[in-house]
Amino acid sequence: MNLSGESDAGAAWAAAAAVPDPEVPCVSVAELGILRWVRLEEGVAVAGVTPTYSGCPATLAIEFAVEAALREAGFEARIERLLSPAWTTDWITEEGREKLKAYGIAPPVNGGKATLFVSVSVACPRCDSLETERLSEFGSTACKAQYRCISCREPFDYFKCI
Amino acid sequence: MAVWEALLELADDHLVLGHRLSEWCGHAPMLEEDLALPNMALDLIGSARTLYDLAGTLEGKGRDEDALAYFRGERDYRNCLLVERPNEDFAHTVLRQLYFAAFMKPYWDRAMTSTNAVVQGVAGKAGKEMAYHIRHAGEWVIRLGDGTEESARRMADAVEALSIYVDELFDSSDAAQDAEKAGVLPVRAEMREAFDAVIADVFSQALLTQPDVAYGQRGGRTGQHGEGLGHLLAEMQSLHRAHPGATW
Repeated sequence: MNLSGESDAGAAWAAAAAVPDPEVPCVSVAELGILRWVRLEEGVAVAGVTPTYSGCPATLAIEFAVEAALREAGFEARIERLLSPAWTTDWITEEGREKLKAYGIAPPVNGGKATLFVSVSVACPRCDSLETERLSEFGSTACKAQYRCISCREPFDYFKCI
Repeated sequence: MAVWEALLELADDHLVLGHRLSEWCGHAPMLEEDLALPNMALDLIGSARTLYDLAGTLEGKGRDEDALAYFRGERDYRNCLLVERPNEDFAHTVLRQLYFAAFMKPYWDRAMTSTNAVVQGVAGKAGKEMAYHIRHAGEWVIRLGDGTEESARRMADAVEALSIYVDELFDSSDAAQDAEKAGVLPVRAEMREAFDAVIADVFSQALLTQPDVAYGQRGGRTGQHGEGLGHLLAEMQSLHRAHPGATW
């Protein structure tokens, strides 16, 4: 049972929303915009979760973690995987963007278009310099690219805009 | 023919190409590519999983994604011939990727209005992913085509070898035609203009010429494949054939 003073739906949201992303644990699934909603349906907490990329290997881990958090908070729980509308980095909250930057990951820069040989200019998360260069469009996870700051020489991850 | 078979064709395209890209894992010419190619492989395999799941559901015989991926032989695979072509060198790999992505980008963009909600969902993600597949592969085709004497020769060899598999992309099988009539999938032939524009742009920067293909190779949609697909499936399916139902 939920013993807190909040409404059940609010408590379910709070429990699910606090789950950290398994690959980028500085931000929660709510801050990343992966957790879309939590509803109570006949006593069962149903969480709508959207995958980031088609092949993101963390999708299942995230669903398990959200379900486990809801159960721990005393709810019967179920996950609904939402394919549409497709997740976009626009859904990362302002707080999420700040946490990414504090963690050393440059948050997504809007306006990145799919033009050959053009990469967006990304500010270094450590020294804020815009003099950075892309090392690779692909990094340790599907959602990140590798950059290097020319001013402070630090390599850093960039959370790609999609 | 049934709509689920058209979805199976599409899923097979994605799984087979995804597996081909994954073969570079640990073998790519540099670390960045060793990350890039498996990353893109995951995009394709992710789309394949959802499409297999939908195909199996519509077929209604209880076949899940694993049954469809691991327990069909090569004659039952319905992928187009392009995606099964061996990796050969890096030039072949990036050109194959460019051809496929240049076709699939407009395809998924149109599939956003599919009458099937799952197809719409796949399309929303995959369309965005194809944009950077085109960018990544296109940049490499240009670098190699307009590169050294050897890289230009290899790029031209790849064009010679792979261009005969392009036309099959635009064919709609009987099953695909049914899916197109039902509004589930876009009409393949309608991708020609968008495809040609991307290839013409990249090839002109890569100093490559598009050969006249007198006779395009076809047969994948009816299960007539090259030798390479059998080897690919043998490796991909060996664990599940030896241990049916194995899970992580």
